[in-house]
Amino acid sequence: MNKNKEQLLNKRYRAERRFRLYGQSAIFMALLFLTIFIFKIFSTGYSAFQKTWLIVPVNFDAEMMMIDQNPSKEDLQDADYYDIALKSMADLDQNANDDQKNQLKRMVSYFFEKEIKNEILNNPSLIGKTKEVYLTASDDLDQVFKGNYPRDLPEDQRRVSDYQLKIFDQLVAKGKVESKFNISFFTYADSREAELAGIASSFMGSIFSILVCLMIAFPVAVLAAIYLEEFAPKNRFTDFIEVNINNLAAVPSIVFGLLGLGVLLAIFHLPRSTPLVGGITLSLMTLPTIIIAARASLKAVPPSIREAALAMGASRMQTTMHHTVPLSMPGTLSGTIIGLAQALGETAPLILIGMVAFVNTIPGSPMDPAASLPVQIYIWAESAERGFVEKVSACIMVLLGFLIIMNLFAQIIRHKFEKKWS
Amino acid sequence: MNLILFTFIVLLGFTSYYFGRRKAYTIQSSKKRLTALPQFYGYYLAIWCAIPAFIIFSLWAIFEPTIVKLLVLSDYSNQGYLDDELNLIYEKTKSLSRGQFTGEITPFIEASAEKYLSLRSIAQSSKAVIVLSIIIASVAYAYKRISSNSRTREPVEKFLNAVLFTASLAAILTTVGIVFSLIFQTIDFFKVIPLFDFVFGTHWYPAKAFVRDSSEALDPTMYSDTFGAVPIFAGTFFIALIAMCVAIPIGLMSGIYLAEYASSKVRQYAKPLIEILAGIPTVVYGFFAALTVGPFLKELGTSMGLEVSAESALAAGGVMGIMIIPFISSLSDDVITSVPQSLRDGSYAMGATKSETIKRVIFPAALPGIVGSILLGVSRAIGETMIVVMASGLAANLTFNPLESTSTITAQIVVILIGDQAFGDPKTQAAFALGMSLFLVTLCLNIVALRVVKKYREKYE
Repeated sequence: MNKNKEQLLNKRYRAERRFRLYGQSAIFMALLFLTIFIFKIFSTGYSAFQKTWLIVPVNFDAEMMMIDQNPSKEDLQDADYYDIALKSMADLDQNANDDQKNQLKRMVSYFFEKEIKNEILNNPSLIGKTKEVYLTASDDLDQVFKGNYPRDLPEDQRRVSDYQLKIFDQLVAKGKVESKFNISFFTYADSREAELAGIASSFMGSIFSILVCLMIAFPVAVLAAIYLEEFAPKNRFTDFIEVNINNLAAVPSIVFGLLGLGVLLAIFHLPRSTPLVGGITLSLMTLPTIIIAARASLKAVPPSIREAALAMGASRMQTTMHHTVPLSMPGTLSGTIIGLAQALGETAPLILIGMVAFVNTIPGSPMDPAASLPVQIYIWAESAERGFVEKVSACIMVLLGFLIIMNLFAQIIRHKFEKKWS
Repeated sequence: MNLILFTFIVLLGFTSYYFGRRKAYTIQSSKKRLTALPQFYGYYLAIWCAIPAFIIFSLWAIFEPTIVKLLVLSDYSNQGYLDDELNLIYEKTKSLSRGQFTGEITPFIEASAEKYLSLRSIAQSSKAVIVLSIIIASVAYAYKRISSNSRTREPVEKFLNAVLFTASLAAILTTVGIVFSLIFQTIDFFKVIPLFDFVFGTHWYPAKAFVRDSSEALDPTMYSDTFGAVPIFAGTFFIALIAMCVAIPIGLMSGIYLAEYASSKVRQYAKPLIEILAGIPTVVYGFFAALTVGPFLKELGTSMGLEVSAESALAAGGVMGIMIIPFISSLSDDVITSVPQSLRDGSYAMGATKSETIKRVIFPAALPGIVGSILLGVSRAIGETMIVVMASGLAANLTFNPLESTSTITAQIVVILIGDQAFGDPKTQAAFALGMSLFLVTLCLNIVALRVVKKYREKYE
């Protein structure tokens, strides 16, 4: 009898331990996913911050550039750089045939002409001399150098030929291949060529969209929150507004994209693919988030503050504007930043309003077509070239970096400036 | 032009504020009592500047295009053109005047483009003149009216109150905008495709509905068997189901563990770490699913002798489940911690172990809240776009095999609307009809979930 009881008790204790273990493993799983995730992004993305350069001797022959010995600035601007660029690549292998010369040319990006031009514009005294110039390697060689490209594939399955690899290995052996920090990733706009693609255009697009979103959503949301929390009578209509706000907060983001497409583009004829439309669409999405945060922080201001102001003879409007609202600002601001961080990561509505268009210029205003960082991730992820994989991960790292900074900022505002009442 | 005018009006506003305050000071210095603080006099004048400007600007924005159009088209009115043709002529005129016209330029259209431009410039300058003169008149009138016993605080505060109220309408306007943008396209869609075919049809090939030549009459039979949404609805719920199979056990168990077992230290670190998962943009999950999880599952399947599509529903649904974990875990954590301690104490006093208390007492008590959190999770899964667009298939297969690829409502909307859209085309309208069904489904889920959670909160407060 006693033994039975003990067995039962042991069984119950075992069940207890098992249950606890389930809980621990659930937490462990969630954290494991997070770790795998971050590890995967970083391990594929970090190499995009390095760019491979070929160091190629270029003979700045005045005759081939079709200029005289002492050219003016305009002459240098208009000079012909293609021939010397081509020649300097072809000179890497003295006895190359035409096909091989063509392959040599494709070892560098199609910007090579421009890179050579910049070299001489910076230093016009180079004319007639030979100098080693840094040329951007093609993205396939870039991937080979970084070790991301399987070299043992049969030749017809890779985009780099055996000949190109041979020449490349010679250059590596001579120390004429260098890896440097990839500044162009941050300063170039999008490009079809992975080695020349950068995030500058989508970054500016994101900044403009977020600014438009902030300028619309913040004032409207704060004013709405003030009304609902401080002035609104409790009746059916204000209840309806509340229900609306709570529902909007949970409407799928793509529906806002349809709203942007069906109203902003089709009825108001705002320009397609622009951060202006993107920002307005995102602002409608962040509106409920900010309203909810602002209301919560208005609610947290103790009634004694209001009563004191009213007792001193301030009107209700003065009480609200001079005392309640300033005291609620830290909470409102941190809620706003969190809402903006959400908007910054949003993709689907922007795709619908056409911000996926290929844009290879850096937008100068919210009225210029642009992409945004998350949309850039989508565009690059959809493209097949191997060089884009690391770009996507690097772009994700930049985006996550911004989100982390914004969230930290929100935390700091909340902890530093928010008054604790009690 | 508009910008300059706008800056000018803002400057005028500041000036009138300054004048109003100065007048208050002069009244004060003549030893009369003011009825409000001096700045209210300033605000009062500034409002007298802002309201007429706003009214005229909006009236202008509404009526200018119509009037200009009427005037431009008056040249053509007695030449027997149809309304559609007149509209086309007007569109051509406008694009020519913007310098974006690409077709053949006829002298007629050139003439009307010139007329259009001159009308526009007349309209612009008359707008500036009218706005400025009315503003100055109204501010001068208000300035005259201010005296020692005139009320200024009350009107200013009433105005502010009206502004606050208008801002609070933004939420309603957004909802109205959503319904408005969806409903017309949806109605047009159902005029061509019968509702029955849409809801019960089992073939979805929107690519078949190529962009129609506008000169041809619309032939509904052309679209039969094209827009049957059953495979898409099925795919949506199937992927959501897979996601919930991942998210519910992990999310719920971690919520329970964090609420009941975890020491405050573990809680302090684990909770925000799990919530990071909710802050990662969905496009990042999509990339992860498409590039890592999809190929991984495919290889795993091949090594076990199974045929797994690289764009399997399992990959998309699984990654979506990971995304939803934090929603369920933190909501159920909140719900469980708000169960009153007395219930736990009662259970412990009867000799129950912790897990027995959780399973038999706390869980049933917290069930409504947990169900609410799960419903919110489902609504997220159904509305999630980027993961499915990137990781699941784009062709709508009617299948319940998690290893094959299916498509969802959101993915189809993106597929249809990416690139250029022709409004008025059934294919585009189909996307809006899908959006409408998505909106309705998530709306119902949200309302039910919010109700349940709210009821539950009231029960223990």
